[in-house]
Amino acid sequence: MKFGIVTFPGSNCDYDTYHAVVDALGEEATYLWHKEHDLRGSDVVILPGGFSYGDYLRAGAIARFSPIMREVAAHAERGAPVLAICNGFQIACEAGMLPGALLRNASLRFVCEAVRLRVENADTQFTNRYDRGQLVTVPIAHGDGRYTADDETLARIEGEGRVVFRYVGGPGDADEWWSPNGSMNAIAGIVNAAGNVLGMMPHPERAVDDLLGSSDGMGIFESILSRVAA
Amino acid sequence: MSRFRVAVHIAPRRGLLDPQGKAVTDALRTLGFASVQDVHVGRHLVVEMDAADPAAAERTTRDMCNKLLANPVIEDFEIASVSTL
Repeated sequence: MKFGIVTFPGSNCDYDTYHAVVDALGEEATYLWHKEHDLRGSDVVILPGGFSYGDYLRAGAIARFSPIMREVAAHAERGAPVLAICNGFQIACEAGMLPGALLRNASLRFVCEAVRLRVENADTQFTNRYDRGQLVTVPIAHGDGRYTADDETLARIEGEGRVVFRYVGGPGDADEWWSPNGSMNAIAGIVNAAGNVLGMMPHPERAVDDLLGSSDGMGIFESILSRVAA
Repeated sequence: MSRFRVAVHIAPRRGLLDPQGKAVTDALRTLGFASVQDVHVGRHLVVEMDAADPAAAERTTRDMCNKLLANPVIEDFEIASVSTL
């Protein structure tokens, strides 16, 4: 299977993502420069983390107008998988591929640490290798990760099971909602209505090897592989 | 065609948590400005453009705000002024 990893000016997790796909998963990957008009046969598109366009105006606001995004949107409309990580999640929201927006962390601080997530929906093409309710450890590294949506949108995505990952494990109860950035309902990751676009602030590509603290992120890449290959 | 300068205020949507505004509010109170009730931190943009008249300049700027300059999910905007250059 071929993964296309989009590189915007300011992306900085594209190499880590490439490593996760090629070295950890053992699949093919190609970098897609943001000015290209062709996904070069990619089965899966990944919008990686970073600071595209220096987060000018708002995080992700300029990147959504990059030429490649037209192809990424068409790819998503065909029902093909898009994994949008961190800055990629911000871009996907700005592009209208996912509902809501990511705002400055409530603490006003950049947060870089391993967090615990609960898998809220294990029936998506990104999470079928997990069990519902499973706790996984994946790092976050962002300054603008506070998921925000209007009440109606929030009720809809909760009701439709589109909240895929939630932050848990604050001081006290390991299973309670707890948000490191002030996200509504401690939301860490959501899918679109069709279920083929996943946006998440945590970095699964940084959790693909026990040597680096966790390999819990592999489940996402393996899930994509098993679903698309099936 | 004339040239106009259009000023736009963009602020966090009312009711949304605004941690920057709260931090500035607290700092002002610490400085002794006890009367401060609330502060909201947003952006101020100045767009210079050619248009037939001020109304057209304002209309075009609103369009820009809806499509790029502001994010309607989280921000409100207002055209603060339109001046002729």
